[in-house]
Amino acid sequence: MNAPPLSKTSPVTGSALLTNAVGLHARPSVKLTQLAKTFSSVISVATDAAGPWIDAKSPVKIMRVKAPKGTTLYFEASGDDAADAIVALVDLVERRFDEADGDDHG
Amino acid sequence: MAELRLAGRPASPGFASGPVVRLVEQKAHRVSSGDPAREADDLKKAIANALLSISALADRAEGEAAEILGFQLAMLEDDALSETAFQSIASGNAADQAWRHALDAEIELYRNGDDEYFRARSADLEDIRDTVLDHLYGSHSQISVPPGAIIAARDLAPSRFLSVDWSRGGAILLSEGSPTSHVAMLARARRVPMIVGLGEIPDSASSLILVDGALGQVIVSPHDETRAEFLKRQSADEEFALKASALETAAAITKDGTRISVLINIAGVEDLAHLDPNICDGIGLVRTEFLFGEGPGLPDEDTQYKAYRQMLEWAGARPVTIRTLDAGGDKPIKGLTVDGESNPFLGIRGVRLSLQRLDVFRVQIRAMLRAAPHGQLKVMVPMITVPSELDEVRALFHEEYESLKARGVKVMMPRIGMMVEVPAAALAVSHFKSDFFSIGSNDLVQYTTAAGRDIGAVASLADLRHPAVLKLIELVTAHGEKSGCDVSLCGDAGGDPELIPLLLQAGLRSLSAAPSLVGRAKLAITEFRFEKAGAGHG
Repeated sequence: MNAPPLSKTSPVTGSALLTNAVGLHARPSVKLTQLAKTFSSVISVATDAAGPWIDAKSPVKIMRVKAPKGTTLYFEASGDDAADAIVALVDLVERRFDEADGDDHG
Repeated sequence: MAELRLAGRPASPGFASGPVVRLVEQKAHRVSSGDPAREADDLKKAIANALLSISALADRAEGEAAEILGFQLAMLEDDALSETAFQSIASGNAADQAWRHALDAEIELYRNGDDEYFRARSADLEDIRDTVLDHLYGSHSQISVPPGAIIAARDLAPSRFLSVDWSRGGAILLSEGSPTSHVAMLARARRVPMIVGLGEIPDSASSLILVDGALGQVIVSPHDETRAEFLKRQSADEEFALKASALETAAAITKDGTRISVLINIAGVEDLAHLDPNICDGIGLVRTEFLFGEGPGLPDEDTQYKAYRQMLEWAGARPVTIRTLDAGGDKPIKGLTVDGESNPFLGIRGVRLSLQRLDVFRVQIRAMLRAAPHGQLKVMVPMITVPSELDEVRALFHEEYESLKARGVKVMMPRIGMMVEVPAAALAVSHFKSDFFSIGSNDLVQYTTAAGRDIGAVASLADLRHPAVLKLIELVTAHGEKSGCDVSLCGDAGGDPELIPLLLQAGLRSLSAAPSLVGRAKLAITEFRFEKAGAGHG
């Protein structure tokens, strides 16, 4: 269990509801971690505002969560580009990971 | 060897025939160096090489295949996957053992999920595990699969699928597996017939096997006649498929203008994932026992509620007929059905079992009552033999309805109808207080002719064309017309172009078939004209 990342400035947070048919699945997990990796900030994700927090750059750990449709994803980022990271990640979830509807197998 | 028929879950439609290539999981050996530093180094190298070989496959792949391999790459690149393996090596274990145990534990997490999509991903993890093991063992001694081969295996890895040349046909038969696995998607995309959940596939590698992917049927060592008939169907199929696909979303109307409802049979929400609701007039049969067959234990109320609700939402204004648990007979469920019955088909199956296991049945009833407000739900009860069984079921629905309502839960009473599959029920149809009737043609034929479809030697007797079977169907449709009750048919006959004319002539105006057979059913309907005596009463 990872503690929320600490930094001098307080972390930036955000949340978004998973609305794609099968939740945080293989393809969405890969997209989410790939996006997270483009930021230098330490980024964590959780399915509860109280944690446990998971490294948003680890597809293995994110797949272990098995978050289904209807789950709220909470993000927390610390670092220079933390605000941009949160905006981008929340946007990705809200865009349903750019998945075609009803075609979430991957 | 006698002809033998196996039935599984269709994962990808199409025909294939030929000998079988059996893929056995390999057990290679490797001698540990005994030095943790060297073992860790070997595993690092194996992972690096596995990444290279998956990347090489990914470079050649397109579309879905590329995405599947991309997922494998992302997982294998993530140190979190190998973390426990390296810890285990540091405490003195061999590289291959450490890696296998770490990945098996990860795979177990996926297999134990209650979501079929996640469970299906376990095959990708197995693929990753084996690719790294191959590099550790330096083996790569996988059996080569000749083009056009029918592969029989427990499960199949996506990378293995992609390494086979499918340009000359072939098929995949899995004793386990899932229709939502990556390899099933690949098979559908490449039009490779695939059947999963076949159980034990008999060891007859040299013999001929016939595969009908759409029906989920396998015939081992077929008789010459069976084979000739199959090959005829296969060649007619290609031409037919082309014409049929054009009709899929059209309304099914006979040559003389009678509109026929065409519904679909499904086994779970995942069957709807790639389906356009416009191809059908609703769902005619949901086989809920598949919900029960998977995952550990029996599905709880919420799991069932969610599945039923998703189906209702998919169908929108179209009716969805969900069958209450039809376990027993040829569908045993661990911890639920009675073991060791001398004749399971004449024993405690269908509603007989549900009424004995009220603990399980009430859970399903509550899930259905809660799902009902989300669409047009019809509940269908299997194996009804006497009117009191249906009355008991209805009373249970009312009891649960009142108690949920009293607790403030949003519920709705669905229409409750019966399946007609026991000849006694067909003959006495007017005695039943049923909101609708659905003829279960598979069992009705078996019980009427006293011949099992799965027993090769008598399968030809189990024929819907027997005048006795057609007479029973006519009794039910005539009662339906007189009483204003809907009558439908679900069963393989509903998707069989050769039988559809007989069903329509017997008075049916609603048929339910596997989604992959909808186009063919509609084609058969549009080419049909009623004989004078039966014309116009639709």
